[in-house]
Amino acid sequence: MSHQYQAKVYVTLHPSVLDPAGTAVRSGLIHMGHTQVEQVRIGKYVEVLLTAENEESARQQLDQICAQLLANPVIENYRFELHALAAIA
Amino acid sequence: MMKFGIIVFPGSNCDRDVAYVTRDLLGMPTRLVWHEESDLSDLDVVIVPGGFSYGDYLRCGAIAQFSAAMRATVAHAEQGKLVAGVCNGFQILTEVGLLPGALIRNRNLHFICDRVPLKVERTDLPWTQQYQTGEVITLPIAHGEGCYYADEATLKALEDNNQVLLRYCHSDGSVNESGNPNGSLHNIAGICNLTGNVLGIMPHPERAADPMLGSTDGIRLFKSVLNQAIAAA
Repeated sequence: MSHQYQAKVYVTLHPSVLDPAGTAVRSGLIHMGHTQVEQVRIGKYVEVLLTAENEESARQQLDQICAQLLANPVIENYRFELHALAAIA
Repeated sequence: MMKFGIIVFPGSNCDRDVAYVTRDLLGMPTRLVWHEESDLSDLDVVIVPGGFSYGDYLRCGAIAQFSAAMRATVAHAEQGKLVAGVCNGFQILTEVGLLPGALIRNRNLHFICDRVPLKVERTDLPWTQQYQTGEVITLPIAHGEGCYYADEATLKALEDNNQVLLRYCHSDGSVNESGNPNGSLHNIAGICNLTGNVLGIMPHPERAADPMLGSTDGIRLFKSVLNQAIAAA
């Protein structure tokens, strides 16, 4: 029996990589009066629905998915949360 | 004779411009290679052209790297044969791991469409033999994600091994921050791999090839490749 899982994947820039879009958003926030905002960094959020035999296998698949495509390890880090949904016969 | 192949992805838009240079201006056999093709054995030079492959979804070049044609391009490069990536093609070559580093959003967030001066750093490779070392040339750039990034160790290795072929500069050849249009580290506009057979550049040499368009600084890159082949024959 396999399970359906939902993964919430967060891809973020390495701290050493410039994020000009984040800097522009921060400047917008400051213009709006949010002068306490010190930094904004923009990342990506990806939801992946997959089936796997068990949680361990789902994690392995997701590690590959993230390392090979969803994140570029040269500039980005990733992490994910895994939620078990329905069991599939 | 050298046979050129130009990879065409959904969203490529400089493929025909490159074909115009290699086929029409230089008279070389040239074929467009659809991204699903996996046999490139008839080709001497593979060009990965500019554009927005697969809509640049996720990251520029991220999805293109897994196409059949790119797997064949990696194999082509591993045999020591010539591969060049221009603009989106450069981004794809970094994503697929043929070249180090990554190309990220321009420092000023603008899509830059301009002609910029570039300093030719090295002329002993097949790509740049028709230039003079230290020569300042002008090529068009057109990109939103052309800011070259690599970690410090990678940058040091690139410099130590003379892998930087082109740098953004001022028209007098001085290389500094004010002559850097997109924030690229070390003003990098073009690099090669360790063995020199794989080239990646953000500027568009194919757009500076026909005299009718005002500049021929770019066609010398293609002519360099041909001369090198003639010399090797």
